[in-house]
Amino acid sequence: MTIRILAIDDSPTMRGLVAAALSPGCFDLHLAEDGIAGLDLLPKADPHLVITDINMPRLDGFGVIEAVRASPSHASVPILVLTTESGADLKDRARRAGATGWIVKPFDDSRLVQTIHRVLGFRE
Amino acid sequence: MSGIDSLRPAFFEECEDLLLRMGEGLARIPDAALHNEVESIHDVFRAVHSIKGGAGAFGLTSLVGFAHAFETVLDLMRSGTLHPDASTMHILLRASDVLADLVAAARDGQPDPELMPQLLVDLDLLAEGAASPEDEAAALAFEPMRIDVIPIEPALSQAPPDPTGFAITFEPYPALYATGHEPVALLRALADLGTTDVTADLSGIGPLDTFDPAQPGLRWQLALQTTAPREDVMAIFDFVQDLALVTVEPLHPDPPSLASEPQMAAPFVTPLPQPSPVQPTPAPAHPRTASVTPAAPPAMPTIRVNLDRVDRLINQIGELVIMEAMLSQAISIAGLSKDGDVSSSLEGIKQLAARIQESVMSIRAQPLKSVFQRLDRITREAADATHKQVRLETFGEATEVDKTVIERLVDPLTHMIRNAVDHGIEPADRRIAAGKPPEGVITLSAAHRSGRVIIELADDGAGINRTRVREIAEARGLVPAGAQLSPAEIDNLLFLPGFSSKEEVSALSGRGVGLDVVRREIQSLGGRVSIQSTPGQGSLFTIALPLTLAVLEGMLIGVGGETMILPISSIIETLRPDESEIHSLGRNGRLIAKRGEMIPIIDLAQSLGFTSRQDDQRQVLILVECDSGGRAALAADQIFDQRQVVIKSLEDNYGTVRGISAATILGDGRIALIVDPEEIVARAVAETKPMPLAANG
Repeated sequence: MTIRILAIDDSPTMRGLVAAALSPGCFDLHLAEDGIAGLDLLPKADPHLVITDINMPRLDGFGVIEAVRASPSHASVPILVLTTESGADLKDRARRAGATGWIVKPFDDSRLVQTIHRVLGFRE
Repeated sequence: MSGIDSLRPAFFEECEDLLLRMGEGLARIPDAALHNEVESIHDVFRAVHSIKGGAGAFGLTSLVGFAHAFETVLDLMRSGTLHPDASTMHILLRASDVLADLVAAARDGQPDPELMPQLLVDLDLLAEGAASPEDEAAALAFEPMRIDVIPIEPALSQAPPDPTGFAITFEPYPALYATGHEPVALLRALADLGTTDVTADLSGIGPLDTFDPAQPGLRWQLALQTTAPREDVMAIFDFVQDLALVTVEPLHPDPPSLASEPQMAAPFVTPLPQPSPVQPTPAPAHPRTASVTPAAPPAMPTIRVNLDRVDRLINQIGELVIMEAMLSQAISIAGLSKDGDVSSSLEGIKQLAARIQESVMSIRAQPLKSVFQRLDRITREAADATHKQVRLETFGEATEVDKTVIERLVDPLTHMIRNAVDHGIEPADRRIAAGKPPEGVITLSAAHRSGRVIIELADDGAGINRTRVREIAEARGLVPAGAQLSPAEIDNLLFLPGFSSKEEVSALSGRGVGLDVVRREIQSLGGRVSIQSTPGQGSLFTIALPLTLAVLEGMLIGVGGETMILPISSIIETLRPDESEIHSLGRNGRLIAKRGEMIPIIDLAQSLGFTSRQDDQRQVLILVECDSGGRAALAADQIFDQRQVVIKSLEDNYGTVRGISAATILGDGRIALIVDPEEIVARAVAETKPMPLAANG
């Protein structure tokens, strides 16, 4: 099964790293450069999982989480926050907004895949 | 990790953009009246944050560390704990400089910048006031990866490990399924901590006809045997705290009481819960604009293109322009009617080619912003080094210039700024004594004017000390003692090679480089630089540059039987004087009187080493103005035409020829050389020394 993923990050480097980590054979990856672009892509990407950065122009990660949770079609999609920030209050905000998990950058390729599998309830 | 190295160049490219954004944001912070201060701080934070994130991925530890310290201070400002007063801004600006240096050092494999440790201390001191220590510790923890939903490696903890484990109750609320959580993932994460016995409690599930898959009513009881501390267990439930009822109690030392209170516990283990695929959440519909950041302009979609490709395209367009000129000539030789179809089609091609050329040139064009922003820093550093108060104000930074020109403008502008801070702006006490504000202002502006880019650098300093300049020039033998010099001529002495010397120049703008180097660099870009100064009020340097280095507006002239090109930019006027207007000076010297000025005549053919023509033909004189403000009349045989020519480098294809700057290909396929009037005049002046050039006004 190909896992559809929507990854939202304003940093081209980060998008590149996520793309490098998620091989095309197993993942159908859609990339967006900010929150608004990500939400625009949501219906088309129809992801099994959303990965989002927090600090982004136009619409930040909290806004993305809230909007996805409020969307009729994708409200229950797991959302992983991928960010360099690890402050407790931010994590708290993300959780209250409806995030499923938190990954601190920089990340390791295999661990990212592992986490995605786990969050989606796959057995290793 | 295979893809990571290939992403390095992209990361550093992104860093350039981020550093630019950081600079913009920092510049906006003090103007709280004009800009949303918090938003500006946020922009800076985001840029620094992104640099940190990328740097971490590439293992650039000192960059990560510094960006983190920087970010911490910005975060305190963002939350309003730290106020951006002058001293804070001072540190932030310098931190931004160091960050830029660190990025460059990381890219080029250089050691960390010297200033880094000091700035780290400064940043830490700033942060110390407000941040609580545990926040710091948490934020500094920068392991390769931390996933709080499922901690992969149980963290070591000082809490005494419980030898037996925990009894855990886990009852998800419907909201847990609605937010994409997978109970089985949580159960598996628990299993990773030790051995688990899981009992599913199905008592909450009603009869089938009332069963709602969105609210399955499942509940689990676990006995987890582990040595992991309680925090590790709680960490697994971190993200579902409010979404489930979770109780974690120490397990009784005697484990068999597993089914302690069975409560109709069904005997099967861990059923896979099926969260309903579609689940409309009626609850708080968050408008999409809820956290939209204000006033951020929508980013235009862009692609990055290898510069070589653009240059190839420009070359090909150049060839197209030449082909079109050749075709035009062939048509006129064939004697085809000017009103015919062929000619009108050719006209169409001409216009199209011109438009394509313009479009392609605009690809290479970039706003001057990137250069201007770097100069902000140069100003700061120069002000620090000279202990003066100086502010740089920039205007027209959106003005677009060819990329090559932009890159080559950095050095001359840097030099001019340092020069202005060092020699132009007075120390605060002298400024106050002169009735000026203590802070000097350097104004840098750019604009497009009549097909050229004009960059002006003005300072409100003391202006040029003409007496002193004259003394120096005389002492160095640049002008004869007691020579009649106009104020403008004296000012322009600054540009002469050999004017500045190590003895004269301070540690800052010194290094034995004078404004002559600035002038040479600007000239090599096909531009001109001039100076105006008012004593007590400051100086103004004006740089005029061509929009592109690829095409030149030129005058086609005949010289010694050859067709040559003279750049229009340096021509003031053309004249065909009577013999009577020309005066002789010495054996070979000739002058022409023009509006009360005696202008030396330079025979181009002679100067370029052609066999000069007979004097029977009346020559055309082309009046050119040099950067020094001096004028000369270049004598040529005739003027043919005025047109745009494509510049072909002579250096690349042949070698350097004195007096010739480049070449082009004419419509008939012949090569025409492009004359460099500056050098022709400079050489003529050198040969006829000590006769000074006629001055401009």
